[in-house]
Amino acid sequence: MKFRGKIIDIACLNHFTRVVTTISKLTKMCVLRLTPDNLFFVLSGKVANGGVSMWCELSQANFFDEYQMEGVSSEDNEICLEVTPENLSRALKTVQNAKAVKVKLTKKHCPCLTIAAELPTLSSVSRVVTHDVPVDVIPRRLWHEFKEPSMPDFDVSIYLPPLKTMKNIVDRMKNLSNFLVIEANLNGEMNLKIETDLVSVTTHFRDLGNPPWGDDASQDGGPSQSRDPESMVEARVDIRRLQQFLVGQQVNPSKAMCNIVHQSVLHLILLHEDMSLQYFIPAVA
Amino acid sequence: MPLSTQSQGDDEQYVLVANLDNARNLSNILKAITFKDHAIFTATTNGLKVTVEDSKCLQANAFIQAEIFQEFTIREDLVAFQINLTVLLDCLNIFGGTTTPGKIHKNKRIKKKLHLRWDSTCFLSVFCDAAGVSTALRMCYKGYGYPLTLFLEEGGVVTVCKINTQEPEEPIDFEFCSTNVTNKVILQSESLKEAFSELDMTSEVLQITMSPSQPYFRLSTFGNAGNAHYDYSKDSDMMELFKCTETQTNRYKMSLLKPSTKALALSCKVSVRTDNRGFLSLQYLVRNDDGQICFVEYYCCPDEEVEEN
Repeated sequence: MKFRGKIIDIACLNHFTRVVTTISKLTKMCVLRLTPDNLFFVLSGKVANGGVSMWCELSQANFFDEYQMEGVSSEDNEICLEVTPENLSRALKTVQNAKAVKVKLTKKHCPCLTIAAELPTLSSVSRVVTHDVPVDVIPRRLWHEFKEPSMPDFDVSIYLPPLKTMKNIVDRMKNLSNFLVIEANLNGEMNLKIETDLVSVTTHFRDLGNPPWGDDASQDGGPSQSRDPESMVEARVDIRRLQQFLVGQQVNPSKAMCNIVHQSVLHLILLHEDMSLQYFIPAVA
Repeated sequence: MPLSTQSQGDDEQYVLVANLDNARNLSNILKAITFKDHAIFTATTNGLKVTVEDSKCLQANAFIQAEIFQEFTIREDLVAFQINLTVLLDCLNIFGGTTTPGKIHKNKRIKKKLHLRWDSTCFLSVFCDAAGVSTALRMCYKGYGYPLTLFLEEGGVVTVCKINTQEPEEPIDFEFCSTNVTNKVILQSESLKEAFSELDMTSEVLQITMSPSQPYFRLSTFGNAGNAHYDYSKDSDMMELFKCTETQTNRYKMSLLKPSTKALALSCKVSVRTDNRGFLSLQYLVRNDDGQICFVEYYCCPDEEVEEN
């Protein structure tokens, strides 16, 4: 198993650091999958994290100037590592003004992702910084847990309102209730609702637009074809999970949308220039 | 604006309808009296009074006159209910946004945001902050047993809140009347703000001495580190009015008066009055975002009376 990558472009380094920081806000630990073309940050839905799962995909060519990897074997040409993204993020933040940053899979006292960079100083001699971030290698027999999630058979797909607006509202709603109902229809309307003994609050978003999955859905004869555009589908979720997702978003994505499987799953999709992020929050009764 | 397009028919079922273009003109002043969860709302044709009490010894009132509202319609002589103030504030601030009004703060926000983002959408958001997007409010109440309904709108997004109300308790009448006032001063808040922010919190009481002779107006604390006195001379620039007829020294529980610091922070002037029983009345003149005047007052019972020789 070998991995070596080098980032030279300062904007790429900045983006990569931002992606890792976003991931670190979403989860304490996750799996990093390395393939010849891509990097994936994966969280599989387990009871421990409230059934939430995440799939973040980056194309290595968008970030790395040099990228070499040799997987576990030639048939299974990939590497699966369990990482604590916050450690990676912290290390990357310290090397933001380096000319080049190398990321390597190494073995110190345990397997590590080593981040090494030369930093400029006031004198003529550069300062070399090395961070060894411990990781756990995930054996092949467990790889099936970290596969790309399939697109759920959603009832409604809708573009999200500005994330900042959503975050402000969800932050306040969290003071009032533990659970939130998100409902949407094919008319571009979405409501966020909470209801307790003390108070009920509903926020109405209009004219959000529905992503044009149309053709695919109609081929499958999917439910969206016959759905009345006014009728709402909903998912009741733990408000902290939604808030956690929103807190992590530091940059406006090019596209933000969600798919709702009625009373089952809330599937959030963010598309940025250089990465895509999917987040699944299960509905609770 | 969507809120004002509600049909006349709807309005007839409400005993109270109040509209504000800027919800902060209500939420900011309510923050000055939020030290307990529950508040009593009393509405008359004059406007709205919100009362919060603590252990029967302290009462805070916020007055928002009918003129502050863009619309204020009341169909009964008196409308009163009790409501959870913390929940109400969360609803009024549902769109987040700043808690403090004023130009200076807006400039600060612009500066912060320019660092973070640099794509075309962020330029728009910076522009919006500069323009000061505010939340519009429509508050409706159908009467006894019904929830208080709030319609809040910002940037085309509407939030509807229904907050349960309870039977209002009768607010305490401290029987504080101007005829029994022995001492009165009006100060510019600036001067008191400093003192209040430095008050020794290890002192159980705040002692107020008012006198026609030295030290005129003195705030004292008795804490672990020692005693501290803040003196304000009657000739001071900060002293707008000084009418003291007799020397009085009274002590008030620090824990009761501490919340009044929030009202002081918002105000530009404060009047301090004591009556012949040593009861304290603090009245704060607060200017809202639009420069309109509202009042907040605190009444406090004395802790013990100290005889002055």
